[in-house]
Parts: sequence; C-alpha cells; structure tokens
Amino acid sequence: MTHATLTVTRPGALTTIQDAGRAGHAHLGVPRSGALDAPSMRLANRLVGNPENTAALETTLTGCAVRPDRNITAIVGGAPCRVTVDGRPAPWGTPVHVPAGATLDAGPATSGLRSYLAFAGGLAAEPTLGSLATDLLSGLGPAPLAEGTRIALGPAPRTAPALPDAPPWPAPPAELVLPARPGPRADWFTDAALRTFLTAVYTVSAQSNRIGLRTQGPALERSKDGELPSEGMVLGAVQVPPNGLPVVFLHDHPTTGGYPVIAVVPEQALAAAAQAVPGTPLRFVPDLG
Amino acid sequence: MRTDTGTAPLIRPAGRHALLVELPDAERTAAFHAELLRRRAAGTLAPVAEIVPGATTVLLDGVAEPKALARELSAWDIPRTPPSDGTVITLPVVYDGPDLSEVAELWGVPEDEVAARHSSYTYRVAFCGFAPGFAYLTGLPAPLHVPRRATPRTRVPAGAVALAGPNSAVYPRATPGGWQIIGTFPDPGRLWDPTSDQAALLTPGTQVRFSPLESRATTAKAAPAEAAPTTPDGGAA
Repeated sequence: MTHATLTVTRPGALTTIQDAGRAGHAHLGVPRSGALDAPSMRLANRLVGNPENTAALETTLTGCAVRPDRNITAIVGGAPCRVTVDGRPAPWGTPVHVPAGATLDAGPATSGLRSYLAFAGGLAAEPTLGSLATDLLSGLGPAPLAEGTRIALGPAPRTAPALPDAPPWPAPPAELVLPARPGPRADWFTDAALRTFLTAVYTVSAQSNRIGLRTQGPALERSKDGELPSEGMVLGAVQVPPNGLPVVFLHDHPTTGGYPVIAVVPEQALAAAAQAVPGTPLRFVPDLG
Repeated sequence: MRTDTGTAPLIRPAGRHALLVELPDAERTAAFHAELLRRRAAGTLAPVAEIVPGATTVLLDGVAEPKALARELSAWDIPRTPPSDGTVITLPVVYDGPDLSEVAELWGVPEDEVAARHSSYTYRVAFCGFAPGFAYLTGLPAPLHVPRRATPRTRVPAGAVALAGPNSAVYPRATPGGWQIIGTFPDPGRLWDPTSDQAALLTPGTQVRFSPLESRATTAKAAPAEAAPTTPDGGAA
C-alpha cells in the first residue's frame, strides 16, 4: 500500500523541510541546519505520534497550504496562526484530521514568525548526510517549497499520541531576552563595548534569516584592529561584523568565520530568537546558567 | 606543549559546551588537530561532537565538561609538526585562469611559469569552510602569497583553482568569490558529493598535489549554478 502524498497549494514566503539537522560535519564546512524553533517542531511531532525529530514543515511569517491525497492527521504549531481545512476553521496547536483532497491551510502568523506543520508518519524524502533539512546557506537538502511541490509521507505511527494536560506552546516573545556568556573573542572589544552589549536595547532587524538574527542598535567598538583568521563558530555565536552590530548565528550559520565572536547564546534560548519578529526589542543579559 | 615553553595553546571558552583552542601558528594547529584525531580514534578523548580546525585554532564543540577537557588539553605534550599518513591526492589542473597574468606579475615570473611553481609544492588541507567541501590548502611559501582581488567576482565557476593570502583552494561549485583564479580542475563533481559516504574529497589533514594538464578535457561538464551562499562573515572565498 502506498502512503499519502502532499501537494503544496500555497508555499508561503519561505517554507522548508526541517528536522534535527546534520550534526558532525562542521569540519567539512556543513552547517547543522534543522528547525530553528526545535522545541516547537519536536512538540508538533509528539502530538501526532511521531518520533520527535521527524521531518516537518517550517513556515516563515505567511504560513503555507498543502493538500493530501489520503486521509491524514496533521498539526500546526509554533507561531500561532489561523488554521483551516477546506476553508473551515480548525484548531491550532492540536492534531486535526485532514480528509483526502482537502486543503490544510496554516495562515499568516498572528504573532511570532515560524509555524511548524507535522504529519502523522512524517515527511519522507532521501536524506542528505543523514538529514532531510533544507540548508539555505550551503544549498543542501530539498529546495524550499514551491506551488505544486509534492512531498511523500511515511507510514502513520500505530501508537496513539500522548496528549499533554495543558497547552504547552510557549508564546512568541514580545521582548527577546537572550542570555549570553563571553565569547572566545570578547577581548577584541573595548570595555565600553562589552558594557553596551549587556545594557543597551537592540531591536531585531528585518535582515534576519535562517543564518543569523541581525540587530539594530548601538555599534560595538573593537579594541583590536586587523583581521581575525578564519575559525570555527558554535551555534548561538554572537559575531560582530565591521558595522559593529551583533549577529546571533542560527542553524544555517557558516561553520567558520572571520569576525570576532563577542559572546555565545545557549542553544536553549535560540527557539525564542527564531520567533522574534523584526522590530522586537532585544536585550542580552549575562548567562548565569 | 609543556616542553615547548611559550607556545602552549590558549584555551578560550566558546559557550556552555565548547572550547576554542588557539595555537601559535598553522603548523602547530595541524599537529594539535592530528593529535585530537589520534586520541579520538584511540578512544582516549572525552566525547566531542565536532572537531573544527581553523587557520590557527581548533574548535571543540559538543563537550559535556569543557573545564575538565581544558585542564586535560593544557597538559598534553604534542610534537611540533603534524604527522603525515602518506596519503596524497593529486588533482590535475589546466592553468588557464583569468588572473594568471596578475599572479605572474605578483610572483615576478613569466606567465607560463605559474603552473610549474604552483604545482611544485605539496599542500595540506588546513580547514574547510565557506561552503561544503571548500578546503583551505596551506603549503605555498610566504613570498608567493597574493592578496584577494580588490573587487570580488559575483560568480566563480566550479573547479576554479584559486589563491588568496597563504591559501590555495579549488571551488567545489559556483559561488561568489574574491580569490585570484589561476586554473581549472576539470572534475569538480569529485570535490563534494553529499550522496557519498566520503562527501568531501579534501578533508582537514589531507595532502594535495597539483599536476598541470595541457588542456581541459572535452568531456568536462560545467557544474550547474546552485543556490550560492552569500558571505555573511565577509570572508569571501
């Protein structure tokens, strides 16, 4: 018996396939990639009975719509949005039944940026280096969804999902507070810059993407001139390019870089960063965890 | 490193679960990297998810107890030069690049001597980055180091053999880039194949030689232009 196939009827601004990404290849120049709001992707999968790192769809701001050719169970979580099945309102954040031929539409995010669509059985495609994730920086994995793209689903799980008691979806941040501890090149900055970094209010720039969360605010002054030879960078590294404005590296970040890393934000804090819309106030605070 | 006073690695924290280890020069970075791989293979290194060499650093990411590992690393005794496993990959090159005359001028040699010079050295993959399978090769002597182009090209073709600073590289696929292009490796598909178990032909530590080809094989196909990475770190390759 064949499994269901989804047809994309509205791809939205940027919808990609994401899972836990491809770890262990950074030394070859391969970013980790994977879902930016990983906790939301994992929860969405659990609620439809999938292993939590099963591939799902990640939308950006404007949602997306898909039409299955079989009856399926699906869920829309992450950034809140209006969900419809063939135009009729359906719940957000809990599993919904989508009949064969009906259109599941995850509307524009009412807050936050990235919604996750998970399907019982998960998305099935040929993995690249062990992952289905779309990596926009290095062009690995499936291309972003286009109208008419067809995606196969895997066999639906037999186990009934365990439903949590309370709505567990965290709300997207009205203000983004990112814990940060000194990075490997904090000594490339003046004391004044280090103080500014931890006290100023920045805002999330519209230039942000899956590579990095870019910021607007006071420029940070370096105490050292000259070039920094290329060196490895971790997820959550806060790099300061010549314009002095911090960039928080997200999952599609390059594996090596040549500008000083002033601080590092722990991975657990990056899900909120992935949901911060442009203009959101942003503060960096000392990471005491 | 204990025995080599003044050149001990500088260990810098890089978040909750990572260390950036800084070495005095590229050669000792290579030696330290080789020692990490040797100990990991022998099962005597604490679990590390990623070992990422850079120009003069090695990033250790995904470390459960970074402080304990830092203490251990600072007590290591490491040879000054990296051991070689003897493997050398030879890449044929047609020396037909658009920057050949500029490089010849910078080197102070006739244009037709660039090929002989460039192919007379044994290179080593110091690190990868910029794009999957893009390897930074060291081994060119300092007098032959050349600056990047003042204006980067919007598209460097796959297979381009190029120079910048202390490095040589072969572009695995078409991307923007600011390096000086001196030739063409006719089979760029060999450099990066994510469907293979050995996705990258040139991995850190690999030795590389270039061998001049008379002309480009007629069967060589131009690689399709894919979604090219931008250079968010400004480190245009």
